[in-house]
Amino acid sequence: MAGKGVYTKRNDGRKFDEVREMSAKVGIVDSADGSASFNTGHTKAIAVVRGPRTLHPQHMQNPRKGILRVNYGMMPFSVTDRIRPGPNRRSEEISKVTEWALNSVVDLSEFPNTVVDVFIQIPQADAGTRVAGINAAAIALAHAGIPMKEMVSAIGVGKIDKTLVVDLDKYEDSDFHDAEGSTDIPVAITSRTKNISLLQLDGKISVSEFKDCVKNAKVACEEILKVQMEALKNVNGESN
Amino acid sequence: MNKDERQIVVPGETIVSGNEFLPGEGVYRDGNEVVSERLGISNVSDKHVRVIPISGAYYPRRGNTIIGTIVDITFNGWLIDFGGAQNAFLPVAEVPRYINRNELREYLDFGESVVVKVWDVKSRGVDASMKMRGFGKIEGGMIMNVSPNKVPRIIGKEGSMVKMIKGATGCNITVGQNGKVWISGDSIDKEIATRQIVEFIVENSTIHGLTEKVETYIKGLGLKMGSVEIVEEDTDVESAPEGVPSEEGKDKNEGDKK
Repeated sequence: MAGKGVYTKRNDGRKFDEVREMSAKVGIVDSADGSASFNTGHTKAIAVVRGPRTLHPQHMQNPRKGILRVNYGMMPFSVTDRIRPGPNRRSEEISKVTEWALNSVVDLSEFPNTVVDVFIQIPQADAGTRVAGINAAAIALAHAGIPMKEMVSAIGVGKIDKTLVVDLDKYEDSDFHDAEGSTDIPVAITSRTKNISLLQLDGKISVSEFKDCVKNAKVACEEILKVQMEALKNVNGESN
Repeated sequence: MNKDERQIVVPGETIVSGNEFLPGEGVYRDGNEVVSERLGISNVSDKHVRVIPISGAYYPRRGNTIIGTIVDITFNGWLIDFGGAQNAFLPVAEVPRYINRNELREYLDFGESVVVKVWDVKSRGVDASMKMRGFGKIEGGMIMNVSPNKVPRIIGKEGSMVKMIKGATGCNITVGQNGKVWISGDSIDKEIATRQIVEFIVENSTIHGLTEKVETYIKGLGLKMGSVEIVEEDTDVESAPEGVPSEEGKDKNEGDKK
């Protein structure tokens, strides 16, 4: 995978297909039905699940099945510049794609007219916040006892100049502008059927490189899944 | 994998493979494999596979005892909020005395709490009943909230833990499977002591030898084990329904449902 271009060595000394150090914790919010945190490198995400509970306003209720509602947000101090709190174009988009990524695995057919709320907050951001958010949310949903066909793991892959990389950090994602610049592709992959439940692309990339990127993502997601399962299995019997 | 061994499974994890296994609660079949649908402890008994939840919200099951609050009154019954996804409905007909349909509020008013039995669970809601001994309106005492997943610990094996607390404090305890615990005694001090014991159980629910630890804790509070004779109170609710979620009881309930 060694690049022919200008990006021959990663900024933080990682291998090109190496994922940043990860950790996950379950049950960080006692009052919630389910909660989890997920960290990769300097990126931290926390997710809280509440529900299923009756959905108001009533006109939003679906009598066939419960709905999933995701709210993603970055905390004001999560980056060096202050982020104005509250919904914005970017957070609305991420909320929506996260909802779609998770909706393909949760099964809310047993809970008509209800809503399952997923709140994702980013206390510290160093690129890859949406994938960290999805990873945390998947753990939190499992912790909340929501029926799920399988788990979801997500990773950001991409291309820096001519080099394919896995798990971009802030420098690679937005501060690298030399030569061909950077391309990032967040991918979410389900744990059992290995389906892709989220795929976005920001930048330019050839079709063959794109396919290689997705392959890299599948390998990386296996590692992430291990971290997620490890966290869930250490939930200590009955802690809630 | 040892099939009799209980272990924690996560959603999407294969529990057993083989066409002879029957998927039960919390699992689904994917081709030849039986896969977990939620986080919990896998249980393979005979050929029946299921996952017992260890975390998350309360899901009502038929036969459960629940404690809830009246949130709405319709023309033929009451709606009870018990902390689940939907409210439970208690029809007038399921109350063990005659009530004039125009005077439902006389018997149970908004905000009052009740101990009821889950009579039926449908995806649209829960039907409740009060027509058995041990169920009825809550008068006096206090209601505390615990995690629904800790309830089996509070009850203990065949109600042993509840009996122990009752014996030590003389308070009546009714444990709702939805995580609400009603404590009523003849003095507030005794009720508070009871609440402390329940809190102690919840905090230490995962340790080994819990019963002995609780005994020590009760003695530490200056109470004597089994010192108080339990006097049945002369109210609607005569005694706490005990020890419902023993393993056998649960299995039976599920059998009924199918």
